[in-house]
Amino acid sequence: MSVVPVSYYLVLSAILFGLGVIAFVLKHNIITIYMAIELMLNAVNLAFVAFARAHNQLDGLVFVFFVIVVAAAESAVGLAIILTIAQNRHSLNVERVNQLKF
Amino acid sequence: MSLAFILFFVFAIIAVAGAVLLIVAREPIHSALSLIMVMVALAALYLMLSAEFVAAVQVIVYAGAIMVLFVFVIMLLNAGMEERTNWSKVAKYAGLPLGVFLLFELAHWLAHSAIGASVANGSEATNAAVSTRALSKMLFQKYLFPFEATSFLILIAILGALVLAKRDE
Repeated sequence: MSVVPVSYYLVLSAILFGLGVIAFVLKHNIITIYMAIELMLNAVNLAFVAFARAHNQLDGLVFVFFVIVVAAAESAVGLAIILTIAQNRHSLNVERVNQLKF
Repeated sequence: MSLAFILFFVFAIIAVAGAVLLIVAREPIHSALSLIMVMVALAALYLMLSAEFVAAVQVIVYAGAIMVLFVFVIMLLNAGMEERTNWSKVAKYAGLPLGVFLLFELAHWLAHSAIGASVANGSEATNAAVSTRALSKMLFQKYLFPFEATSFLILIAILGALVLAKRDE
């Protein structure tokens, strides 16, 4: 089944990561920016799985689990921060959260 | 053009289309749904890489739990149409070209470097199925300490979320 070269998966991973970076830069909504981070983490996961497959070792798959756990923790804390920001600022636009901006 | 190639390109196109939709969508809920599309396509690609358990975890934890959390927050905050303010100048003139550059640079490097070529050749020689049994043995023996450490990480995340979400008296 796995006759597709692993470099194809790596290129797809790079494309998804680049799109995640572009989304992170372009979007104004905090929630969507968090989704862009999740997209980048997913792209990295795909690269981990592809490399684990290429070298026929399972360590990469274990790392994918750790990445997923960290993503879950990050989204829990991050969404709590988003709730607090939305209560205080009455806006989800990152341009309006600029009190620390120089 | 074998079946595996066709399946790969179908799911790859679904994933990239979902990522593009995430960028162009103006409602956050549309972005969330397109991100779920990306995650399900990636789960199918994990299946093609014979990582069945990772695919199941991807669907259950990512597309299930994390994205439900996102959709829940979108619903809770009643996040509507994204308002378009002016981008900061750094994002406008440096961010977008740098993002596109990173995309092409990474893709070009992976496609043409020696590492990418060797990886591409090495995959077809080794075709043993990844068993969940071997994966769990590795997770609970070799990586037992990091596994336990992640439980503390989740505990701290729960405490942090509670502290942040607590209303000030």
